[in-house]
Amino acid sequence: MSGRRAFYLTGVVVICAWVLVPLWLLAANALGGQPVIAAWPKPWFPGALSFATMAEFLAIEGVFRAMLIGFEVAVLCTLFSVALGLPAGYALARYTFRGANAFRLMVLLTRAFPVGILALPLTVGFIRLGLYDTPLGIALMHTALALPFAVLVSASLFQAIPRELEEAAWVFGCSPIQAAYKVVMPLALPGVSAVAIFAFVISWNEVFAASVLSARNRTLTAYLLAMLSESPLTYQFAGGLLLIVPSVLFIFLVRRHLFAMWGIASR
Amino acid sequence: MRGRALPYLLVAPAVIFLTVLFFVPLVQTIALAFETRTGFGLGNFLRMEDDLNFHDAVVNTFRFVGLAVPLQLAAAMGMAMMLRHLGRGRDLVLWIWTIPLGLSDLAAGLVWLALLNDRGYIASLLFHLGLVAEPQSWLTYETPIALFAAVVIAEFWRATAIVVVILVAGLQLVPKEYAEAASVFGASPWRIFTRITLPLMKPSIQSALILRTVLAFEAFAVVIAIGGRNFPVLVSEAYNWQNFNQEPSVAAAYAVVVMCLSLLATVVWLWLLKTPAEQRA
Amino acid sequence: MAGITIDGVRKSFGATTALEAVNLEIADHEFVALLGPSGCGKTTLLRIIAGLETQTAGRVLIGGRDISALPPRARGLAMVFQNYAVFPHLRVRENIAFGLRMHGADSARIARQVTRTAGLLRLEPLLDRYPAQLSGGQRQRVAVARALAVEPAVLLMDEPLSNLDALLRLDMRAELKEVLREAGTTTIYVTHDQTEAMGLADRIAVLHAGRIEQIGTPSEIYHHPATRFVGGFVGSPPMNFLARDGRLLGIRPEDLDIVATGDGLPFRVNVVEPLGAQTLLTGIAEGHLVRVALNGEHHVPPGAELHIRPRPERIRWMDATTGRAIPPGTEPSP
Repeated sequence: MSGRRAFYLTGVVVICAWVLVPLWLLAANALGGQPVIAAWPKPWFPGALSFATMAEFLAIEGVFRAMLIGFEVAVLCTLFSVALGLPAGYALARYTFRGANAFRLMVLLTRAFPVGILALPLTVGFIRLGLYDTPLGIALMHTALALPFAVLVSASLFQAIPRELEEAAWVFGCSPIQAAYKVVMPLALPGVSAVAIFAFVISWNEVFAASVLSARNRTLTAYLLAMLSESPLTYQFAGGLLLIVPSVLFIFLVRRHLFAMWGIASR
Repeated sequence: MRGRALPYLLVAPAVIFLTVLFFVPLVQTIALAFETRTGFGLGNFLRMEDDLNFHDAVVNTFRFVGLAVPLQLAAAMGMAMMLRHLGRGRDLVLWIWTIPLGLSDLAAGLVWLALLNDRGYIASLLFHLGLVAEPQSWLTYETPIALFAAVVIAEFWRATAIVVVILVAGLQLVPKEYAEAASVFGASPWRIFTRITLPLMKPSIQSALILRTVLAFEAFAVVIAIGGRNFPVLVSEAYNWQNFNQEPSVAAAYAVVVMCLSLLATVVWLWLLKTPAEQRA
Repeated sequence: MAGITIDGVRKSFGATTALEAVNLEIADHEFVALLGPSGCGKTTLLRIIAGLETQTAGRVLIGGRDISALPPRARGLAMVFQNYAVFPHLRVRENIAFGLRMHGADSARIARQVTRTAGLLRLEPLLDRYPAQLSGGQRQRVAVARALAVEPAVLLMDEPLSNLDALLRLDMRAELKEVLREAGTTTIYVTHDQTEAMGLADRIAVLHAGRIEQIGTPSEIYHHPATRFVGGFVGSPPMNFLARDGRLLGIRPEDLDIVATGDGLPFRVNVVEPLGAQTLLTGIAEGHLVRVALNGEHHVPPGAELHIRPRPERIRWMDATTGRAIPPGTEPSP
């Protein structure tokens, strides 16, 4: 019994290392700068870390700006996804109406397609509308990616909140909208914030649509991809670390909801 | 009647949005791919097919998806089963295992570039072990197998997490009693896994496979980060035709191919792993 | 030979003790019910016997063989689960055959056993259906058939009727008793429902807070409760207790008679419940809550002042501090 347990524990630790060590080594490369990158063979333990390379990288024309744009796009995408997704999810969860299944199917159908690629034909229209190369334009495309997820997850969030609670609120004098606002929303809030954070991460990480729909105002991800071929490894790694940190933090925030969200969203 | 209209009012914004930013571009992409200077035709597809990289891109894409996705499923299944043996500390382990979930494929590519570049940690490790004497360049077109392995490893490292999450979530929906009943009735752990756990997890396995296959067909930043233009895949070619060759219609032809493959994969998984309603728990 | 010996089995989860040193002997072919309120440890004990839970200390023997270290699959027993655990992806036929297949039975035996047990539980027309196409009662019968098909030495049942509605439960109880009597399997049956335990079991073990309070035939348990807990838990309505200088006078509600004024204890009726076969009076006597069950219908107005008298031969004495029954001969007069 304890032999088997030791076997499992070893496996678990090895997998943890498999995830964490590469991250650590990227950080060591990004923070160690040129001396570490040029070193051969690499030392077992990276030497003193400094933020000099990072600061140097951030000082490059456009990097900081790309970060801000990436952030702006992700925030916009989050707002759109929640604003459009929550009401639709609520309708799916609480009402039986003709077309509900068609709508559900439409949302699920988006999953069978690589949505990012659909940005290709949008350039022309976006130029005409003045959306090309703007954070708003990219955010709209990213919302198409995050919205289906937001709809399905919020539908199941609302389904998990007993209808009786709302009915009780009606009996005690709330209008349906008041009841949704005062009773349902507070209960759904943790889940909704998880949806929002997920939308943020989807947008922050997306690279194809962001690259296609922008030229000068690139998000950090698109910016890094565009300059990969002409920048030294130091900057590539510094950029990689910059991409990773916010995502890891955000996933840490939603870790409690991850399983509920995917368990439902993948049914 | 206001009550009747309410659900439609709530759904309408999302429907309009998805129509404008999903269905319209979908149709536009297809139209763009078939549009040539002389009208509609297969011109763009012929140009795509004539391109030197096209054949490599098709082969690479299939090899990449065909290896990375099954590896992810197998590893994630093992990880999900392992988690059942953990008591305390399960939450911490889960968090660590799901960190890559938040990473883009570009970031994952850069992570593995740090390990696999010619002066990277893997080469150094081999040096310390006395297996190599000098920096190794693995990620060039001269070392296609190592390059392919590097891309698969990076994608495997990143995207196994999402499969773990889907499978663990699915496992939570399967009551423990089924496995207990099987063990009382004489099934060995392996038979419980193959006869009970696997069949009952079919819906989760199906959605994990659909999600992963579609996203693996779409992955390209990881390929560019690690191999530059040495390992063309379909989407990286679409990206190049759009951004460098300024040929949106050929890029759209690539996009249509990728879309067809994704759709086909989805249909195949839906059909192969269908669970009739009467067999659901 | 498939008697079961439970020898000093203890179970603790961290700091909390679920079972403290339980000893129990079950004879071959015997049907024993483990009866107790939720959280008393009865399901834990059953799961330890099944091997689904590992005991902290003690041994479990089946047919004289120590099986404590064996995994569930090697213990040669069968089990009916509370939620049936009928495999949703297998047809009824395959569910019933499951245990035999796992034990490597040949196809002739599998076919024979499936036919036999399906006949026993009236499942023949349903053999090719999936569990989702069955009613709760039918699923329950599949779970029993699956257990009987392996002809187990020991059958464990964990609240098998608790998910059925009241009428169906009554039917299934009678059906189970008949089927199990025919099978003659040594059976341990966990329930919190005393009617089920009394109706089905040869002997009942009453569990409370991780220990066995009393083991005995249904009649012993009912008429001679060993502790105050048993008297209060078994029987509906439960036993009444009145204080008598350091002791407790225990008396069943149906063993109290209404007597003429001045001849017995003053009893003030608060609530009258006409239940059809009985009329149940709830009120206060000597400052204690007392229930009186009268046969047939009686028209007693709430607030009535009556007098009641316990039948002397039915009185059970308990020690007020330990709650244990005082052996006959040492009891005081009422």
